[in-house]
Amino acid sequence: MYALVQQRRFAQRRIIQKSVPLIPRYIICVAVAIFVLVPMLVAILGGFRTNADLNSAPFALPNPWHFENFAGIVTQPVFWLSFWNSLVVTVATVVLLLAISCPAAFVFARMDFPGRQMVFNFLLIGFLFPFAMAILPLYIMLRGLGLLNTLQGVILTQVAFGVPATVLILRNFFWAIPRELEDATYIDGGTPVDFFWHVLLPLARPALAVIAMLTMVASWNNFLLPLLTLGDQSTWTLPLGIMQFQTEHLTDWAAIMAYITLCMIPAIIFYLLAERYLVSGLTTSGALRG
Amino acid sequence: MQLISPSATETEVKSERPPASPARSRIRRASIILLFLLPSVILYTVLVVVPIIQAAYYSLFRWDGLEPLVNFVGLHNYLLAFSNPVFLETFAHNLLIVALSLCIELPFALLVSLVIGKKLPGGMIFRAIFFMPFVISEVIAGVIWQFIYRPDGGLLDAILQALNPHFQGGLWLADPRITLICIFVVIVWKYFGLYVVLYTAAIQNVPDEIVEAARVDGATGLQVTRYITIPLLGTTIRLSILLSVLGSLQIFDIIYVMTHGGPIHASEVFATYLITYGINAFAMGYGSAIGVVMFLTCFVFALMYQRFAMQRDVASSIAMQEA
Repeated sequence: MYALVQQRRFAQRRIIQKSVPLIPRYIICVAVAIFVLVPMLVAILGGFRTNADLNSAPFALPNPWHFENFAGIVTQPVFWLSFWNSLVVTVATVVLLLAISCPAAFVFARMDFPGRQMVFNFLLIGFLFPFAMAILPLYIMLRGLGLLNTLQGVILTQVAFGVPATVLILRNFFWAIPRELEDATYIDGGTPVDFFWHVLLPLARPALAVIAMLTMVASWNNFLLPLLTLGDQSTWTLPLGIMQFQTEHLTDWAAIMAYITLCMIPAIIFYLLAERYLVSGLTTSGALRG
Repeated sequence: MQLISPSATETEVKSERPPASPARSRIRRASIILLFLLPSVILYTVLVVVPIIQAAYYSLFRWDGLEPLVNFVGLHNYLLAFSNPVFLETFAHNLLIVALSLCIELPFALLVSLVIGKKLPGGMIFRAIFFMPFVISEVIAGVIWQFIYRPDGGLLDAILQALNPHFQGGLWLADPRITLICIFVVIVWKYFGLYVVLYTAAIQNVPDEIVEAARVDGATGLQVTRYITIPLLGTTIRLSILLSVLGSLQIFDIIYVMTHGGPIHASEVFATYLITYGINAFAMGYGSAIGVVMFLTCFVFALMYQRFAMQRDVASSIAMQEA
């Protein structure tokens, strides 16, 4: 009899524990969400106001909505040029990075050879190299190779610095592909290359998608590398354009807000569309295994 | 440095293959390995490893980047750096950012993740919102927050004035005493979402049965969190510590865009110091020495991490597979 009473008490306590904390949890989440969203909203809405509006009441809705700032920027070819440069660099970086990292990861994951671990560790040390340290020699090297002031220079450098992380993630992913699939390919008379191309890569699409997303984000927003290697304004990428715009329109905050909104929107739209891949990739790419 | 260990069945790499002429298949295999490995290894070596080694080499010279490299000064640049109060201040700033990240940013992200927990309806939407600042450019983040921190008339002033009519208005980024704190807020704003994503994913992996069992035994929610959830998050927490420290030591874009390291070096960090006093000052040897110091700091930390954190993770993962 007493056991039944005890059971009911535990059940009640469990129910109470589950329902009570819900409202404070939502309050916290909403508060943090406000902290996150307000700065971005400020930028987006700020572009629709005039400087007089901004100075008098920084924290109010546009009334009326002004479109001149946006119109002024969208009609400047410089903006579209830097947009295009960013696009070219980003797409090329992703494609090249995947093209050279997948085979390498495949070899590390599925083929044994003397020194395999050593070469792999060699690649991994790249994680520790602060980019800032390598800038100067990189600058000199790019200059020597004739790649300074070119988008190719930026692309190749971004790919090179992306190799360690990408190979690591892909290798771990390839480890998880069952041995039986590989054996089946060989029994059917296939070569390792067949296995790689026809079996492994299609199966690896989620990991490839995720690396593509993360690399796209990093490349699109990359600032230091283009800053130091792209001198000619016609080669500038978007982040450089922002800095330039800000220095030109030092106090024209409304215009600056419009400019960065235009730069932010592609990234945000892309993110919202691809969000679950980005997130799932960060977590299942092996960061949490073990 | 192994970040993950393979499971027992995955370690054997030799798989069945129909017999072919041994010499030819060996050559073919070697050529596949070479062909597949070479592009990435070569590109990485040329554009990452060689510049790093060159940087270390340059650090032993006094050089302006233009004239021939002749003025060998040994470790003089390093002595110069460590006797320079601005550099020491820079070092301290970096360590401060590391400490703040470990003590504030990570626990904050963990708290938010625990609040979202496993089943909060709409939890995933919140997580998507929190991650958003991560995908926008550092330059944009810097500009936005510059606007917020604008003295007399910025957003922050306006908000605080609305809350407290006596509020005078602060200097924020222009105030040497608090500029680093202001910058740190921006750093948290931008990056905490990453850790929330990592933590929430790990929380999803906490098995329900264990939590149920604990609840049946009478554990409160807090006890479940403390004795079950957090220990199971161990690997992820250690990983986030690694990412956070390395990121804090290498931080550049946000600070450079917002304050350029000022005012009066109040927000100077390794990377901004390197750019300002190395590259922009045509003191390439000195700048390279700073870079080497930066690298060694990261390296020391990575070694410590490998020693203490990873042994534990590798050992536990091996144990889990043997069990």
